[in-house]
Amino acid sequence: MALNFRGPDAVPLTLQINGEAHQVLVEPRRTLLSVLREELGLTGTKRGCGQGQCGACTVILDGETAYACLTLAIECEGREIVTIEGIAQGDALHPVQAAFIQHDGYQCGFCTPGQVVSAVALLAHTPQPSEAEIRAGMAGNICRCGAYPAIIRSVRAAAETMAEQEG
Amino acid sequence: MPTIRRTKVEFEGRIEEREVIVEEEHVEGWTQDTQMRWVGRPLSRVDGVARVTGKAGYTHDVHLPGMLIGRFLRAKQPHARITGIDSRRAAALPGVHLIWHRFNLPPVAHLDGRELFGEELAYEGAEVAFVVGRDARAVGDALGAIEVEVEPLPFAPNLAAAAAEDGPAVLVGEDNWITPDGDIYARGSVEAGLREADVVVDLTFTTPTAAHCCMETHGSAADWEGDLLTVWHSTQSVFGTRSSLADALHLPMDKVRVISNYIGGGFGSKWGAEAFTLLAALAARELGRPVKAVLDREEEHLVAGYRPGSRQRVRLGATKDGALTLIEQEAEVTTGAYGGGGPVIGGPAKDLYLCPNVRTVVRAARANTDGARAFRAPGYVEGTFALESTLDALAHKLEMDPLDLRMKNYADESPSRGEPYTYKGLQRAYEMGAARFGWPPQADAPAAGPWRRGYGMASQIWGGGGGPPANAIVKLSPDGTAEVLVGVQDIGTGTKTVLAQVAAEELGLSLDAVRCVVGDSLPAPFGPGSGGSVTLASAAPAVRSACREALRQLIALAAIMLELEGADPDAFAVEAGDIVYRADPEKRLPLTQVTAKMGNYMIVSKGARGPNPDDKAINTFGAHFVEVAVNVETGQVRVERVVAAHDIGRVVNPLTATSQVYGGVLMGVGFATTEARVIDPDTGLQLTANLEDYKVPVMVDCPEIEVLFVDVADTAANSVGSKGLGEPPIIPTAAAIGNAIFDAVGVRVTDLPATPDRLLALLAKEKTQ
Repeated sequence: MALNFRGPDAVPLTLQINGEAHQVLVEPRRTLLSVLREELGLTGTKRGCGQGQCGACTVILDGETAYACLTLAIECEGREIVTIEGIAQGDALHPVQAAFIQHDGYQCGFCTPGQVVSAVALLAHTPQPSEAEIRAGMAGNICRCGAYPAIIRSVRAAAETMAEQEG
Repeated sequence: MPTIRRTKVEFEGRIEEREVIVEEEHVEGWTQDTQMRWVGRPLSRVDGVARVTGKAGYTHDVHLPGMLIGRFLRAKQPHARITGIDSRRAAALPGVHLIWHRFNLPPVAHLDGRELFGEELAYEGAEVAFVVGRDARAVGDALGAIEVEVEPLPFAPNLAAAAAEDGPAVLVGEDNWITPDGDIYARGSVEAGLREADVVVDLTFTTPTAAHCCMETHGSAADWEGDLLTVWHSTQSVFGTRSSLADALHLPMDKVRVISNYIGGGFGSKWGAEAFTLLAALAARELGRPVKAVLDREEEHLVAGYRPGSRQRVRLGATKDGALTLIEQEAEVTTGAYGGGGPVIGGPAKDLYLCPNVRTVVRAARANTDGARAFRAPGYVEGTFALESTLDALAHKLEMDPLDLRMKNYADESPSRGEPYTYKGLQRAYEMGAARFGWPPQADAPAAGPWRRGYGMASQIWGGGGGPPANAIVKLSPDGTAEVLVGVQDIGTGTKTVLAQVAAEELGLSLDAVRCVVGDSLPAPFGPGSGGSVTLASAAPAVRSACREALRQLIALAAIMLELEGADPDAFAVEAGDIVYRADPEKRLPLTQVTAKMGNYMIVSKGARGPNPDDKAINTFGAHFVEVAVNVETGQVRVERVVAAHDIGRVVNPLTATSQVYGGVLMGVGFATTEARVIDPDTGLQLTANLEDYKVPVMVDCPEIEVLFVDVADTAANSVGSKGLGEPPIIPTAAAIGNAIFDAVGVRVTDLPATPDRLLALLAKEKTQ
């Protein structure tokens, strides 16, 4: 990999987010989380800890979940970024989102964007997860309100809905 | 006409007599048999879409044109005197707009009477300077460039050090004991209780200091428009914040607007304005630009409060047949350098069981940490752990079933008040929980591997009756839609949804025709803070009252349209969206047909929460049954199954209520097994100020949880028949887990959390005995 040193002053970046190209001018030390929230107004992705411990900032990078607080924006050039704002198609909710509403898979809702994004990524990889797979796959997302039983139920219900839609 | 009355309101274990203005439109209470269209149904939240799409706007998400970021530089020592600050280099950095500290800011009254930027820094994280800059980077760079000179002072990081003879002073010139004699409750006599006892159990306990760990850290944003201050504040009390800000800034109350639309967790730690709120408001006024100040995760652990750790001793006496003759509970806590007198740890001891001789004492000392705060059932969680563990030990000593022992000492009326309850469904909760769980447990087959299985249970009592004052305003539009304004806030419990259900029920409208506005002090009339599990029981009757008044106005219009002008409003009922003349049900009009007659006009009505019944205690009750597995080789404890049965009166929404129970159980699991704030005794610095070292439960730690509600309307409590639920489900969890561990491996966990190292030590000690 060719080393490409830039900075420390702001540098232009193009980020592909939810299918749309965004040009930003930011310092290389900026995290993806701070660019999403502060430069682009995409505040659905939350900052719970800023240390990769809580999962509230979970986004999907090239199909894999990532903590946006531990990811530098400059690392994301040329990669597909999906945030909570890109999960629904217009007004049509993703089955995971609909299931969270139906099963009350939240309380205060602050960790919910990260939970939803993790669940969407989990089901993309593992369309019919066992309960153990759900628990392991979602273990990186803390919910201090303790909605876990309802989240597990939501993820299962979404898997069923998606299987029906596929079939 | 409004009148003034005295009424009793219980809040977090303390009974207050309040003088309240009573103006309640008389509303007939909903009975157990009232047919309900919206209340009692497991409905999804009205704001669900905003929550799952990321559109729900929290205080963290507030972004205003020209907004600057503020942050504190904080003390890095547990105790020091500040002698100098040089901020010149920091102030010269790009993007820095303002730096305030004790040598350049004229003294401003601190909140709670404490001077801001004082000379003495009495805990790690104490405010040293406030920097406002263009963004988090500029502010962070400046914080690192401020030079601070301090003179270290001796410190007491924990109870042992604070309570030691000749120990260091936590605050210069102040006694380390805040309540040296303690908060005492007593009835009967300890001597008599011991004399009458055939059996005495005497145990000592310690419980950990527990952190709230709100997912949204504390924070505020402030903006001035002329002399009107608008503050977005992640708070459990918009009106509490309004009054504390107006007080600290010497502003008229009507010039302060507090908004808290979505709150990312509070659990007792988010009340009024805080130092960062005050400084954000002052800096915004100084700079003429909005300022946002939110804590980062480390600060959240250092300065946003905690449940104080406790040392406790419980002594229980009983006759051979299990009648309690004595409950004695002594507790000591540290509530920080500027903390208060400590939580009501003795609350459950004085009220959970029939016992003639009860004595409880709570003594509070200072320590060089930030102040303790209310944390979900303050006092009752730690008090119940010790009390219900000791009761379990007593049951074993008496060779009685623990549930039978509890029923033997069942209190039909409030033991501390000597008054009847409005309703007590604890026995029913026991029966429901025992039936679902399978209690008494059957003996397990002998274990083959290292895992041992055990079963335990514990009870809970809490307030949650709520009371006045609480108001509501209803605006009914010509198209038959209603806006309900209430000065409470939805901290995640579903308040917005359940109040909309109550309004739709009373007005005879469909749920989607009702919009409930909470979390904004400007449009809403007064509402209480979300603490003590009082929100629903306080606000829902006010909503009913306002809706009833709107209906009276509508009925007057309908009477004219039905050519029944002047008829008694009570002669009409609302059924399935129609206003119906009771004497002749053929005479009916759809409600929307009446509102359509209004033209471009609005019916506006107001309502208020009435007083609580005289001479009756309002309480919530519950019982948890727990199954654990304990690994005798590794000491690991797995909480596998919890059956939680609760009496909270009428359940308005079983879906959101169940979520609250999940949350309480999970927090109890964390408290019992993994959570503990650790302060290094040598340096006085916190070692667990993050979410990795302070371990809260994640999904793999989650037991199977079954939730049961007695669901009998408490019609004597208030017009809705509901009581609160936020706090009850955390209360008995840790004790039930400890009792299950004893059942599994025969050792009594008296020090929480029950970590593997502690379990192994207990098992090793048991072996050698």
